[in-house]
Formats: sequence, structure tokens, C-alpha cells
Amino acid sequence: MAVDPNKLKTILITDCGSTTTKAILIEYKNGEYRQTTRGEAPTTVEKPFEDVTKGVLNSVREVEELSGRKILNGDDIITPAEGLNGVDIYMSTSSAGGGLQMMVAGVVKSMTGESAARAALGAGAIVMDVLASNDGRLPHQRIERIRHLRPDMILLSGGIDGGTVTHVAEMAELIAAADPKPRFGTSYRLPVIYAGNKDAREIITKTLESKTALLIKDNLRPVLERENLTPARDAIHDVFMEHVMAHAPGYKKLMAMAHEVPIMPTPGAVGLMIQSLAKAEHIAAVGVDIGGATTDVFSVFFDKGTDSDVFNRTVSANLGMSYSISNVLAEAGIANIMRWVPFEMDEAEVRNRIRNKMIRPTTIPQTQEELQIEQAISREALRLAFVQHKSMAVGLKGVQQERTISDAFEQTGSGETLINMMDLKILIGSGGVLSHAPRRVQSALMMIDAFQPEGITTMAVDSIFMAPHLGVLSTVHAKAANEVFLKDCLVRLGSCICPTGQGKEGQNCVTVKYTREDGSVVEENVKVGQMKLIPLAEKLKAVVVPAKGFDIGAGKGKEMEVDLEGGTVGLIIDGRGRPLVIPEDKKERIKKLTEWNQALGVYPK
Amino acid sequence: MAHAYTPGLKVTEKTLIKKDRRLPLKGQVIVKKGDKVGSDQIVARTELPGNVQPVNVSGLLGLLAEDVPSHMMKKIGDPVAKDETLAESKGFFGLFKSSCKAPVAGTLESVSSITGQVILREPPMPVQIKAYIDGQVTEVSESEGATVEAFGSFIQGIFGVGGETNGDIKVVAADPSQELTVEMLTPDCKGKVVVGGSLIRYGALKKAAEVGVKAVVVGGIDDADLKKLMGYDIGVAITGHEEVGLTLVVTEGFGQMSMAGKTFKLLKSKQGLKASVNGATQIRAGVMRPEVIIPLGSQDAGSEAVKEAGGMEIGSAIRVIRQPYFGKIGKVSALPHELQQLESESHARVLEVTFEDGAKAVVPRANVELIED
Repeated sequence: MAVDPNKLKTILITDCGSTTTKAILIEYKNGEYRQTTRGEAPTTVEKPFEDVTKGVLNSVREVEELSGRKILNGDDIITPAEGLNGVDIYMSTSSAGGGLQMMVAGVVKSMTGESAARAALGAGAIVMDVLASNDGRLPHQRIERIRHLRPDMILLSGGIDGGTVTHVAEMAELIAAADPKPRFGTSYRLPVIYAGNKDAREIITKTLESKTALLIKDNLRPVLERENLTPARDAIHDVFMEHVMAHAPGYKKLMAMAHEVPIMPTPGAVGLMIQSLAKAEHIAAVGVDIGGATTDVFSVFFDKGTDSDVFNRTVSANLGMSYSISNVLAEAGIANIMRWVPFEMDEAEVRNRIRNKMIRPTTIPQTQEELQIEQAISREALRLAFVQHKSMAVGLKGVQQERTISDAFEQTGSGETLINMMDLKILIGSGGVLSHAPRRVQSALMMIDAFQPEGITTMAVDSIFMAPHLGVLSTVHAKAANEVFLKDCLVRLGSCICPTGQGKEGQNCVTVKYTREDGSVVEENVKVGQMKLIPLAEKLKAVVVPAKGFDIGAGKGKEMEVDLEGGTVGLIIDGRGRPLVIPEDKKERIKKLTEWNQALGVYPK
Repeated sequence: MAHAYTPGLKVTEKTLIKKDRRLPLKGQVIVKKGDKVGSDQIVARTELPGNVQPVNVSGLLGLLAEDVPSHMMKKIGDPVAKDETLAESKGFFGLFKSSCKAPVAGTLESVSSITGQVILREPPMPVQIKAYIDGQVTEVSESEGATVEAFGSFIQGIFGVGGETNGDIKVVAADPSQELTVEMLTPDCKGKVVVGGSLIRYGALKKAAEVGVKAVVVGGIDDADLKKLMGYDIGVAITGHEEVGLTLVVTEGFGQMSMAGKTFKLLKSKQGLKASVNGATQIRAGVMRPEVIIPLGSQDAGSEAVKEAGGMEIGSAIRVIRQPYFGKIGKVSALPHELQQLESESHARVLEVTFEDGAKAVVPRANVELIED
């Protein structure tokens, strides 16, 4: 039954995260949609409850108490609304229970394997492994991997239409031989989605039909130059709903509660919002959601190869701030974490504190010292997740590009990362450590240190982590979702000016000249190794003059007229150069970190 | 309002303990409802499908993939011995034949005329499930497993490594704050579940494994020592299959931490009794904590009513689980409703705790756990 958006005036949405279930109430008042109340409660897929709806009801009860609206009648959500009773619609997103975990298989790892991974990631899945004929593993090792990982489903692709059949048949034979068992339930067969060479469909059916729940969809790379990810992504959503969610504790009840709009995987919903913002403003955008177990990075950049905007999402499945915090330590190393800690502290003590957060993942920093350690770790989690994203967000590999003489000077080829930090116009942070940082400038600095934006970039955060809610809402009411996103969700922190290049400390790095709304002319000079914060709320035009050897987008030493945006933090001018170098000497490092923190007012004195 | 606290670890003297013993695949359940079982007794067994070995017959014999089926010497489902001929090329007039031999023993599972590949499945691997605790079988799920129940003491740890084991309890620390040192690990600790106090270091862990200790239960461990023991940094807390020579259960956390008085006292009172210990920890979906179970034989030992995990109230016993009061135990003395600003400048729901020494502190509700009976 189609939902009539015109009838939606009171909307209740929940997101069941791995740790917390968050409910928001959106109301249509004075001619606009606004988020009015928020509630949260621990997610309840674990014992003793083992029923995700308990957490949902707890979070909704909090919304009831805070809003004064009666929403629940026992364990039922009252719909539609009548006066101060009920809501017009209830919908939900979810990543509880570990979300959707997939394996993908293709023929050539860097081509169809990557296309399959992009389809799965875009649908909100965690990709546990990418199997390919040329992945360097022996066949029995691939079989071992499939048996060991127990994914929720497998996406098999390979070969362009009319291309090779043999290799994709070989992958299917390996899947059949592994006889994989799904994570939940012993009574149902593992879903396998085939989205490869259409000529191989018959062979694939013969090989896999009796052992798996096979679904055949359009090839996700029908020709070398084009990806067609939507049919496979839609199939992943459907299978997730029908098989995976149905086997997780309490989901059947949740599906019945949110019966009007299908439940979406949380990351899929966040991706929708980032895409819609990039599309509406015609800009390159990066979004990051740092959670307890995973860090998702989303990006929209222009791909010259395909002459279109390309959306990418990566999941760093074991980089997060609670369950996975120890993995940040394991992957980054203690030295990389310590380089962001602005005071003396024994490394062994920091290691123990990280472990204690891992085993008690829902605790929060009570002291300044604890907060600063946690924010140091988050920089490394974000940095590592972005490194992974850059290696995945690439142009289509295997495509022969025709070059003009001017392109030849740029020397860019297919398969190179699409992430160009100079082109990036907005960087949006989400997730507890960024959305709930006590001072917004802390979020800005964490993102600047981790992502190292270049040129002029607007920084923003999701105020209370409601992008997933709005993502699912956008599927039935795009206008309401956009209104709330821009007015209540997206907190613009302000522009950040980050010249690239290196210079000698103390020399001039960049000069910024602008005229304020009151007519006063301002000229700000920032030296190499210095940071500056200028409180600024409005939008304005400015002339930025980088010093010799520094570039803000027009070339080394060349000035540029730019649009600057103010925000809750203001204008940040980062004179530390790119790539960012942190002093190795401990005393010097602490001195510089303290200086930068004080310049921006990051922590109380 | 929704609760914002961490349910604590269970430490209880008498409770009904139920253990589901499930096979990974359907198989045969050996015990019946009502059977008394010992911890090492096998309750169910099955056979996991054997490993598979793909053999590239077309490549090895230089055949077209579509010709492979007609050159096979074995049919699908046939048993095959190691080095037995699987397929043979026809050669010229019966001469210069070449053959492809089976790399492993097993059965022929499939022959592909598309890839020219043959798949052999090795013999199945037996899997046996033990009872794990001394108790009684109270439920049998046909072909899947059984439930074993026992009345006994139950202690949940916070983190552990190593799998299921059992042995008699031997408390070597004089009090919960004492470190478990190398000198305490004498030869008579062999086969025992050794209980220490606040810390164990790498040297003592190594010595314990050398002596033949089955399990160590201790308050804290330094992360650096755990890394030495494991040989690598643990990324996520999913453990239980480590082979480090013993099972380790940490009851409080990382760093030197006195074992909770109640836990230590309980273990001391059970000195000499047999305990079943499992270090398996999983702090993700399907949370699992390490445990020490001491079956007490019969229900006559008395059973405490099992309390439902409830909300926190004034008077609830709690333990602080984060700096600056990490490890301190006290009682909730106030539960203000409003959000309060912490030193970190975050706003959070808090509680006031009165510690055992009478001192009071305000801590976020998220940073305490209930001490559960």
C-alpha cells in the first residue's frame, strides 16, 4: 500500500543501532517539518530481552514523556494520529545484531569483484571478504573462507554480458562445494544473488539451485564501461528483509510495527541522505559515521571517466569507538594514538584504558583527560577508515580511456581514487564521538586532523545522529526529509581553509581578506604551523592569498576569490600545511597540540 | 525513563545453571532426559562434512573442459582412495596415456564440463560435545543437542581467553588485592583452577601453563602481558579458541584491579570443589562473558529466587567501571532526573554513589554496573 505523503503530519522513526536505539518525532508545524523530540534506550537484541522491539518501545516511551504525546497503546504504536494521540506513520532503520554481513565474489578482483563490493556496500552491508578467481588464494582456501565466515548472503557476479562463463562457473562451483550455512537459523538456505554474465545463468542455476536460495538479477557490470548496481542492491535489500532480519531476535515484531515502509539497514539510509545533499547542492561531499563497531565513509565525487557523480560507501567493519576500539589500537599502533594526546601519559595506561572500553563498551568519558584520550583514538579510527575509503572509491577499472592532450598532462587513469580533497566542498561527521562532542569545535578538529581537507571545505556534523531516520523517511517523503536534514540535522560548523604545501615555521602561510556584513574590512594572516579560529556566522566572499609554496586550489602562491561559510564554530584557518606533520619529539608535540587546542578553544583552560 | 546503566556481572552462590549443548549441524544425541552426566561425558556427536579439494582435471590432462566427463574413471558419489586414478587421457592407440590421481581420499562430489574441474570431498570430521558441567540432562532436542542443568555457584568474568576446561579450585592469594606471582604456582597447582587476587603478569601465566594449571581466575591483567601471552594484539573481544596452554578468566578488567570481595570470598569458600571454566568472550551481538561454574550436587543446597534484571534504585549496589573511580564499589544514594554537566563538559544522566568508605561521588549512570546476585 503506497503511503500518501500529504497525510503525514506526525512521523515517528527509530534507528536500532548496535548499542543504542534512537527514536525521533517529526511534526509538521507552521508550514514546515521539524524534528521536535528525541528519545533513546539501549538496544535489546541480547539476553535477557532478545527482542529488538523492547528497546524500540523504551525509546518511544521517552519520546512520549518528553513530548506529552500519547504514542503507545500497550506495545502498539497508535496510527494514524488524532489530536495529541498517536502518529501518522512509524518507520525504522536497523543495524542491530551486527547488521548485514555479506561475502561477494567476482571474476577479476579489481573489476567485477570491486563492482560487487560497491553494490553490497551501497546497500548497507558489511563486506566480509571479496573472492575472485585471481585473489591469490587456492581454491580450497576460498572454500575454507566461505565455510568459516558464515555470511548472511553471497553476491556472485562476474564477466560482462557475452564474456567469460568459465570463471564465474568456477566461483559457483566453489560456493556449492563449500555448502555454506547462514548465521541465523539452521532451517533456511543461504541466499545467493547472481548478478553476472547473463550467458552463465543456466550453469549457475544448475550448480547452485539445489544448495542455496538462488536469485538471479541483471548483471552489475554488463559492459566494461558501465556499472548497473541498482538491481543487485535492491535484491540485497529484499533478501535482507525476508531472510536475515526475520531471523534476528524480535525483528518479525518490528517488521509488523513498521509495516508501511520497509525497514532499511542504517548505513543504506545514511548513504541516501549524503547523496541527496550532494545532488541538491551540486557539490562533492564526504560523510562519515563513526559508531561503536564500524566506521562508514560515504562520498560523492565526479568521475571524469564516466562523466557522472559517483557515490561510494565503505565500511571499516572493525574500526569503532566501543566494541572495535581495540582494533583501532591494533591497526594504528599505540604511537599513532599517542601523537594526538596533548599531555604526558604512560602508554601502558592508555592501552589498559582502551581495553577497558572494549570490555565495557557503553561507558562515557567523565573527565577531560578521558575525553581527550577518546578523541585521540577517534582521529586514528577516522583516518584509517578514510584510507580504506580512498582505496575503494576509484574509477571503473579495466576501462580504456581516450585522452585529450590536456588530460595527458594530468596523467590520471582508470582505477585511480576519485577522492580529490581540493574538490571536496563539505565534510559531514556523524556518530557519538562527533555528534555528541561537548564542544562543536572538537568535532571540527577531529575531522580536520583525520581527513586533512585541502583548500576550502565546509565542516558539518549531524546534530544528534538522525541521518538514518531521515534516509528512510526520504523514501516516502523526500521534502520532509530534506527540510529536517537542513534545519535540524545538519549543523554547519563553518569553513576551513587548509593550504597544501610545506614551509618553515613562523613564515607567512596564508592571508585571508574579506568584508563583514557591517562593512568592516578584515585581513587575517596565519603563519606556518599556526591555527586560527575566527568567529563567523554569516556567508561571505573572501580573497585568500597563499604564500609562496602553498596552494589553496588555484596553484602554488596563487590567490583565489572564494565563498566562505560561517557556522557554530566559525572560520578555521589551518596553517599546518599538507600533508600534516606532527612533531615526533614528545615535548615538542605536546607543546604544539596544546597551542593548537588553545588557539581554537578546543578544551577548557 | 529508559534505563541507562550496564547490567552487572552475575556472582551468585546458589542458582540454577542451564547449559545448552548444541551441535553445529544435526547429529546424534547420546544422552536421555533425566540422565546424570559428568563434565567430560559426551552428550552428542555429529560429523561435519569433510573438506573439499578441487582438482583441475582439464588442466592436468590437457583436455577441453567439455571433454572431462568422458575421461573420468569414477562416477559422482564414488569413493576414491588417495593416489587412485580419477581420470585418464586416451593417448594414441592406447599409448602415452596420462592420468590424474586423487590428491586426497574421499568421494567424488562433482565434475564440471564448464570449468573442467572435479571436486573431491574428504571424509567427514567427527565433532563431539561434552556435558561441560556435572549435572542432569533436563531436555533433549532430537538430533541437535541437550540441556544440562545443575544447581551451583556461578561467577561471570568480564573478559577471558581459552575454551572450556575443569579442575578443582585452589585459591593461592591471601586476599583479593594480592598479585598472583610465580612463587605461588607450585607443582600441586597441576590440573587445578587457580584463583589469584588483583593481577597476574606474563611470567606467572607462563609458569602456570608449565605447571599444568587448567585455568586461572584473577582480578586484572595488563594489556601488554596479554599481548605477550597471545602473541598478538586482540582486535575485537571475540575469544575462546586460543591455545595458550590454559584458560584465563579476568573478573574486573585491564590493569591491577582487586577482585571484587564477594567473588573472592565465594571462590575461597568453594576451595577444593570441582569447577567448570570457560574463557570464551564475545562482546558483540550475542554477548558472552567468561564464567566459572561450581556445581553443588543437589538442589538441597538451597536455591535463591532468580531475580529479574530490574532498574536501578536508591540503595542498589554498584561498581564504577570507568575512571576516575574505576573499580570502586558503593551504593546508589541519589538518582537525579535531570541531565548534568560532567567535568568533560558532556551532559549525561548521573547518579550519586556512596562508596564503602562513606565518600560520595557523582558519576554518569552509563559508567556503573549493578552488582547482581
